[in-house]
Amino acid sequence: MAARPWLLAVPIVAGLFVAAPFVAPSWILFILHLALAKFLVVLAVALFLRGGLVSFGHALFYAVGAYTAGFAAKWFGVREALLLVPLAGLFGAAVAAVIGLFMARYRGVFFAMLNLAVSMILYAILLKFYWLTGGTDGLRVQTPTLLGFVPPRDLIRMTSYYVALVVAGVMTYVVYRFLASPLGYYLKALADNEIRIEYSGESVQRVIYATYVLSGALGGLGGVLAAFTVGHIVPEYAFWTQSGEFVFVALLGGYGSVPGPLIGAIAFEFIRTYANKYAPYAWQMTLGIIMLLIILLQPGGLWAMYESVVARFSRRAEGVERA
Amino acid sequence: MPEPSPILQTIDLTKAFGMVQAADAINVHITRGERVGIVGANGSGKTTFLNLITGYLQPDHGRILIMGKESTGLPPRRVIKLGLARSFQIPQLYIGLSVLENVLLALAAQAGKSTACWRPLYRGQWLEHGAAVLERFGLQAYARRPVAELPEGGRKLLDIALSFALQPQLLLMDEPTSGVSIEDKFQVMDTLVTVLQQSDITTIFVEHDMDVVQRYGQRVLVFNDGKVIADGPPASVLAYPEVRKAVLGLE
Amino acid sequence: MALLTIVILDGFVFAAVLFLSVGLTLIFGVLRILNISHGGIYALGAYLGTYLALKVLDLGLSPYLTYVMLLVGAVIIGVITGPLLERLFLRRVYGQAEAIQLLLTFSILLILDDLIKLIWGTAPLMVSTPSTLLGHVSFAGITYTWYHFLLIGISIVFGGALVWLVRGTRFGKIVVSVINDREISIAVGINVNRIYTLAFTLGALCAALGGAAVAPTIAVAPGFAVEVGVQSFAVIAIGGMGSLEGAALGALLVGLVRALAIHTFPELELVVIYVLMLIVLMVKPEGLFGEVELRRI
Repeated sequence: MAARPWLLAVPIVAGLFVAAPFVAPSWILFILHLALAKFLVVLAVALFLRGGLVSFGHALFYAVGAYTAGFAAKWFGVREALLLVPLAGLFGAAVAAVIGLFMARYRGVFFAMLNLAVSMILYAILLKFYWLTGGTDGLRVQTPTLLGFVPPRDLIRMTSYYVALVVAGVMTYVVYRFLASPLGYYLKALADNEIRIEYSGESVQRVIYATYVLSGALGGLGGVLAAFTVGHIVPEYAFWTQSGEFVFVALLGGYGSVPGPLIGAIAFEFIRTYANKYAPYAWQMTLGIIMLLIILLQPGGLWAMYESVVARFSRRAEGVERA
Repeated sequence: MPEPSPILQTIDLTKAFGMVQAADAINVHITRGERVGIVGANGSGKTTFLNLITGYLQPDHGRILIMGKESTGLPPRRVIKLGLARSFQIPQLYIGLSVLENVLLALAAQAGKSTACWRPLYRGQWLEHGAAVLERFGLQAYARRPVAELPEGGRKLLDIALSFALQPQLLLMDEPTSGVSIEDKFQVMDTLVTVLQQSDITTIFVEHDMDVVQRYGQRVLVFNDGKVIADGPPASVLAYPEVRKAVLGLE
Repeated sequence: MALLTIVILDGFVFAAVLFLSVGLTLIFGVLRILNISHGGIYALGAYLGTYLALKVLDLGLSPYLTYVMLLVGAVIIGVITGPLLERLFLRRVYGQAEAIQLLLTFSILLILDDLIKLIWGTAPLMVSTPSTLLGHVSFAGITYTWYHFLLIGISIVFGGALVWLVRGTRFGKIVVSVINDREISIAVGINVNRIYTLAFTLGALCAALGGAAVAPTIAVAPGFAVEVGVQSFAVIAIGGMGSLEGAALGALLVGLVRALAIHTFPELELVVIYVLMLIVLMVKPEGLFGEVELRRI
């Protein structure tokens, strides 16, 4: 299959990411940094898409993670990465563990919209309790410390970026193992045939629930990393448009793979930058049209396009070898 | 010698869909090791019977006992855990996965490891076991291929193989040879019966084809209008004029 | 006591508003594609109707023509968007994974919402003439217009007409049979494609009419499409998919709860709908009148 291009691609891409703070201009570094954070949430959404479910509410976990950092800064003056990152993941997972008990019973539109409803309830709470949450003004989040050390001025951005890179790398590995495990395959089976799952003695709800908890952790991690890079969080982190963005990116990059969401996240930031420049009043339309095109023409997203290009090259290469 | 306890027993099993009585106080007794065919015209309640026993439908009245344990009201996944498995008229497969992956998932479920999320699905013992299952059903050539590439008879066999992989004590099959070409029918059944005999699994199979029932069943239940109207060895039962009329529409 | 009266009256008005948009969602409950984009069609109906009504007033014509314009605007939108969306987009995803259908209709909603902004700008549009033309009436210190009560009447008639259409007419029965068994319907000679287009267009008409009817009581503004989409979904979810009675009850519940919130805790106005939906679905996942569907195996 396409195994050979893989082996080359991984170290190259990893190398590029590691080298970025040294070679890339700072606006690109910012994009990469934000993309790494959002990639995690998009991954969570992609997991569900794999199982045939759409969630329009994953901004919930994104906001939970972000506000973990926000509250820690506001009430405790804490900005320690090694504490806040796992904590955000934990809170995301905890919220998912509670909501998932209920959510796992639903599919289709219900699943999509109920997730939306819950995330909008959080949004309303974040707005209403403004004396706690900073309301529409939001909260400031400083760049993180590492093991208590504040990085020297010129290394602040870089440290924050590497924290994100490490977390993204670790979670990529975790998700790869998840997808290769029985649960990961059952998730895919869920999209095909729930009846066979039930008649194997397994509970479809358990599969959905377990995935939901993992997706909550991913969302929380993405949120806290985004908070560190953007530096300022607002209740809109929980708004349905943020959830919609994650769904869009999952589609754009291709939800059938792990690299897809990352490619999508990076592409999205570039699209957003240019759309802001050339068509600032038609953002939703831009997204809608791109989404339509993807669904109708290339449902596998950018990753599928990459794979078909690679396949064509390797076929040509084989042709040359034989000739 | 005391009578062996039944592996499946239904007591006054009743289910109606509006005006249609799909199951009418059915009392059935199946003992371990039997190979029982179920025949009947379309709409006589055969599939409803399977759906009721496996918990896909809930009865209006009556009880179901599997290996002596009360299973009335349990959903399919709990009934399966009691030692039952079922194959379907229209094969229920994971079409997005490969043939082998379908089997591996069944093995994972059987081992109670469906929600294991760290160690891979493709692991030594399951790969071996899965290959063995596929070989017994003659599907090993298709192992790594997508389910979509299986021919019709192959899908039927895979559907049955997935149920078999759960190592059930009682296997229910809904029309195992339907959709299979006439030439292949007996081959499929031969494969099946060999496998089942080797594993000493009690079998109930719903069938339309009388030849299949006569050749492979030790006992046959005839369904009509939600009732069991005849119960006995195939050769004699299928000779009764009432049975021939009800099932085959012959005068 | 006065509070109770106000809440009930307001609640009924909201319910009427919701029910008008729900007519369409119901048809989609029957078509089995839950269409998130209908909020966009509803908004388009509201905008075009309002725009035409304003034009009529600008030209100094009889204010009673505004009612005609609302109707005309709605019909134009319904008749255009219905076949267009169904033939161009929806048809391509029948039978595909539900997730894909959802995403498709969601992207259409986004496009429609921005389309409205591009055509009519971001400032709210308002035509109050149809609403005030019929006069006012006061209850417990709050002034209502007769138009509000007309809306309630219209939605009841609407609901009745829909029930009759789906259950009493040949067309309705054909639609139901097409939904339930596509193959048999084709075999019997029914032009399934045309039925789908017709059903969808009828639904689009309902949405556009609902939007146009409501427009005189509010100021239509961007974001309206999504708001309606989500609220209508809540109504259907609460009432149960595919059930007319459920939709009516759902609309009533949502309307009353919203009215209650507005007059007691106004900041919770939007959130109460979500909370109500969550509570109902926790108790009965299929909705109040919904049925659990079992696939035939």
